[in-house]
Amino acid sequence: MEIMDHYLYTKEHEWINIEDNIGTIGITDYAQSALGDITYVEFPQQDQEVDQFEQFVSVESVKAASDIFSPMSGKVIEVNQKLEDNPALVNKDCYIKGWIAKIEIKDMDESNNLMSAEEYRNYLESLEH
Amino acid sequence: MLGVIGVKSIDDLFVDIKPQHVPKSFHLPSGLSEYEVLRRLTELSLKNNVYLTPFIGGGYYDHYVPAAVGMLISRGEFYTAYTPYQPECAQGTLQGLFEFQSHMCALTGMEVANASLYDGGTALYEAMMMAIRITGRDKIIMDGGVSPIYRKILRTYTHHLHYQFEETPVVHGSESVPAGGQTSRQEIEKRLDKNTAAVILQNPNFFGAIDDFTDIIEKAHAVGALVIVSVYPISLGLLKTPGDMDADIVTGEGQSLGLPLNFGGPYLGFMCVKKQYVRKMPGRIVGETVDAQGRRCFVNILQAREQHIRREKATSNICTNVSLCALQAAIFMSIVGKGGLKEMAQLNLDKAEYAKQCLEKVKGVQVQRSWPTFNEFTICLPQDASQVVARMMDKGFAAGFDLGRYYKGMEKYLLVAVTEKRTKEEIDRYAKALAEVLCN
Amino acid sequence: MQLIFEKSVKGRRGFRFGTCDVPVKAQVPVKYARKDDAPLPEVSELDAVRHYTHLSQQNFSIDTHFYPLGSCTMKYNPKFTETIARLAGFTDLHPLLPQLASGEKLTQGALQVLYELEQWMCEITGFCAFTLQPLAGAHGELTGIMLMAAYHKAKGNTKKKYVIIPDSAHGTNPASAAVAGYETISIPSNKDGGMDLEALKSAISNEVAGLMMTVPSTYGVFESNIEEIARLIHSVDGIMYYDGANLNAVLGRFRPGDVGFDVMHINTHKTFTTPHGGGGPGAGPVGVNAKLEKFLPISRVIKKPDGTYALNYDYPDSIGYIASFYGNFALLVRAYAYMLMLGQEGLQQTTDHAVLNANYIMTKLKKHYKLCFDRLCMHETVFCAAFQAQRGVRAIDVAKFLIDQKIHPPTVYFPISVPEAIMIEPTETESKQTMDHFIQKMIEADELSKTNPLAFKEFPKTMPISRPDEVKAARDVKTSYFR
Repeated sequence: MEIMDHYLYTKEHEWINIEDNIGTIGITDYAQSALGDITYVEFPQQDQEVDQFEQFVSVESVKAASDIFSPMSGKVIEVNQKLEDNPALVNKDCYIKGWIAKIEIKDMDESNNLMSAEEYRNYLESLEH
Repeated sequence: MLGVIGVKSIDDLFVDIKPQHVPKSFHLPSGLSEYEVLRRLTELSLKNNVYLTPFIGGGYYDHYVPAAVGMLISRGEFYTAYTPYQPECAQGTLQGLFEFQSHMCALTGMEVANASLYDGGTALYEAMMMAIRITGRDKIIMDGGVSPIYRKILRTYTHHLHYQFEETPVVHGSESVPAGGQTSRQEIEKRLDKNTAAVILQNPNFFGAIDDFTDIIEKAHAVGALVIVSVYPISLGLLKTPGDMDADIVTGEGQSLGLPLNFGGPYLGFMCVKKQYVRKMPGRIVGETVDAQGRRCFVNILQAREQHIRREKATSNICTNVSLCALQAAIFMSIVGKGGLKEMAQLNLDKAEYAKQCLEKVKGVQVQRSWPTFNEFTICLPQDASQVVARMMDKGFAAGFDLGRYYKGMEKYLLVAVTEKRTKEEIDRYAKALAEVLCN
Repeated sequence: MQLIFEKSVKGRRGFRFGTCDVPVKAQVPVKYARKDDAPLPEVSELDAVRHYTHLSQQNFSIDTHFYPLGSCTMKYNPKFTETIARLAGFTDLHPLLPQLASGEKLTQGALQVLYELEQWMCEITGFCAFTLQPLAGAHGELTGIMLMAAYHKAKGNTKKKYVIIPDSAHGTNPASAAVAGYETISIPSNKDGGMDLEALKSAISNEVAGLMMTVPSTYGVFESNIEEIARLIHSVDGIMYYDGANLNAVLGRFRPGDVGFDVMHINTHKTFTTPHGGGGPGAGPVGVNAKLEKFLPISRVIKKPDGTYALNYDYPDSIGYIASFYGNFALLVRAYAYMLMLGQEGLQQTTDHAVLNANYIMTKLKKHYKLCFDRLCMHETVFCAAFQAQRGVRAIDVAKFLIDQKIHPPTVYFPISVPEAIMIEPTETESKQTMDHFIQKMIEADELSKTNPLAFKEFPKTMPISRPDEVKAARDVKTSYFR
């Protein structure tokens, strides 16, 4: 499973990439592979306030719909419009082109509740056993 | 078989049902032969009077169903199949439902249709819930011209939920007592606000009034509210489509599309929506795709919204819908066809107009002429309509539906429906009988 | 196959309504008129007859194929009930007639059918009253949960928030509870397929409104702790809901009303063999005990002292209208006719044979497929394709293999708590020969999974279509000929 070094991760297999006070959010390689072909991404409202680990997106495949939880609290400032016509981007390139939403981070300290790449890798290994 | 299983008796298979679970009582009559059952049920069916000449509608109409419709829908391959979970061996049902969806889009001028809901009333309830989900708002404005039966259903389902529900009164012109008529713009507009999830309208409405809701829809959209229009499919052979009016969600009762009256069911709820709302729509939806060889085929789509996957987060709890009725309607619409539907609608219109002219000549009867109608209209009688209806039964007529049952203050009003099946002779006799009843 | 729209020829007609016999030519005012004619197909009657006959031939159905779809009770639909449902005295009856003043006299036969059917259902289930109005099983569930809510409201139980549902339940259970405004608590199953009592105990609180339970469960297992579960739920004044989806397993051997359930629904298209219709119409009558009776929806059918039948709307505590009329009458008539023919003994045999058949298949196949719970089953048995999956053959692949063998596949991937589930419900109407043929084909599938697992990916090969591209269908949504 591919993992991005400088991203942070949740146990629910979301990632967040923090640049200044903006967090870009998506789902991990593990998550996209488990879901299979993604057919639809339901976005949050623009300017919606979300709490850390609150459900704010749902991702559909043919036989499943999965809730995506925000890794940190903040305000939704942008969603990846490209996914509307091309949800397969989440499968093809989940860490770069397949990002889902950007939030304005409210509390940087919440990043302490997330896993580093190394920790997430160990976590994935623990799931396999 | 018991030996294979390794038990001595059938009772041994039920060891998990403990002695204390044995029914306290299970006393039913002994079984009958097929012939005996048929005789008994035939006798019961004859205790129903289906021989009154029907001028009763109220949303459920005595339309002709071409014989071929009944023959085709009786094929066991259709009615003894189940929900098409395995598309390779259910293309008959799936393509039939795709055609139904296409027919409904053709009829309503909408972009997307689902593969059916239970009936017109529950479909309207589903539409309301859908509008609440889409808008995130909680106020519903419902026109008093929407079927009172539907309004009662919506009340039941929302009774314990925290929605704001406003019904607009049915007033006509300057009259202070209800008298039916078209939707009151004023009553709707003064209630429209930023909390409004949906405005619910019906065309033709319960009094038979036809309308063009374009203006209301525009005003509703201006405050971000959706508009749901409940329609009577046969009328769409002639009437402006809700799609043309820019309605967001269209529902209705599809009984008129080739289904018998059946004392209330099964009927056919349908729902059509703008394409942008397809993923918020409840119920099964059939979509087109290709198979591994690139051949066109049909499958249930967007199942991730449904209860069997999404469970408590589903768009609705609906599972079984009314596939067979939808297929029956599809066959009906195919056989009647483009020309036939228009012809049928025109006959309804003409005969209802003729009936109005005849009834106008009956002393004491006032035909409501202030609004245009399709095949159903309101008349005012000089006495209590329910009693007139009762006396008309003795003369061989189901004379209509007395509006006082659902509208306080309209006890003298009668709702009269005239379909293509009514002949000139029947209409003439009806007017004559009514004259006799009223002068006695 | 072409769509009917693609067979359309301009100007062709399949039906004529005849000339207008009234001396009037009316017109819809332009403002209210549609601009163009509705673009329905233009075909002859023969075109349509061939089209829909050919379409029907692309279906598997009970009339044509063995259809052991677990959890759906696909039993034979006897033909005489079709004849009965098509009697003009039933089909031509307008539903508003009995609502007219003295209109009840016009519908005595229909009202009697409804009244007697309710009585039968009460006796079969041990409840004191039924409403026949719900239009499908899930609609019955929603009605039942609304009755639950009405009960709590009347009792002043304002804190009720949760409905408890086992993880093996049909998806309609949590969905119905949610639609009615409740949150759900899911309870896992124990190793025998029953409810995990410890988990249930820890979920119990004054906020619990009730519990929904399918007995036997969707694992085909009869819950052994019903009394204890009912005691726990009733201790917080909760309501016990019995999902009657699997009633076919217990006719004459168990009545939910006797053992602490307060409300239930029946799927007439399962137990009482009204046709499934390619996905409905169904009917989901709801039964209640005395605790909930006064909340039942209106109208209710009553028998008057003079022996005539009537509709009564005068129940001030009723939840109100849940459907337009009195239920899916044409289906209820079929169920009634079926019950009349079978009678007490026949109904009991139904269950006996359904359970016998399921156990027979279970025993014969358990060497080849992993059993979910290795014990006697009720009317259905749940396997999983675990052995086969190790060889790269999944439950769906076995299903597609069966299609080529002209057998409708069992339910796969349900219950969702069982990975690679294969759920088989033969029903009582199938012969040993049919089941033996099915068993043989299931064994062949297992053999093939050992010798040539890759072969499965191409199944089915003998149908008009092979496996559809469901991802494309979901991404490029096309739901109508016109778009």
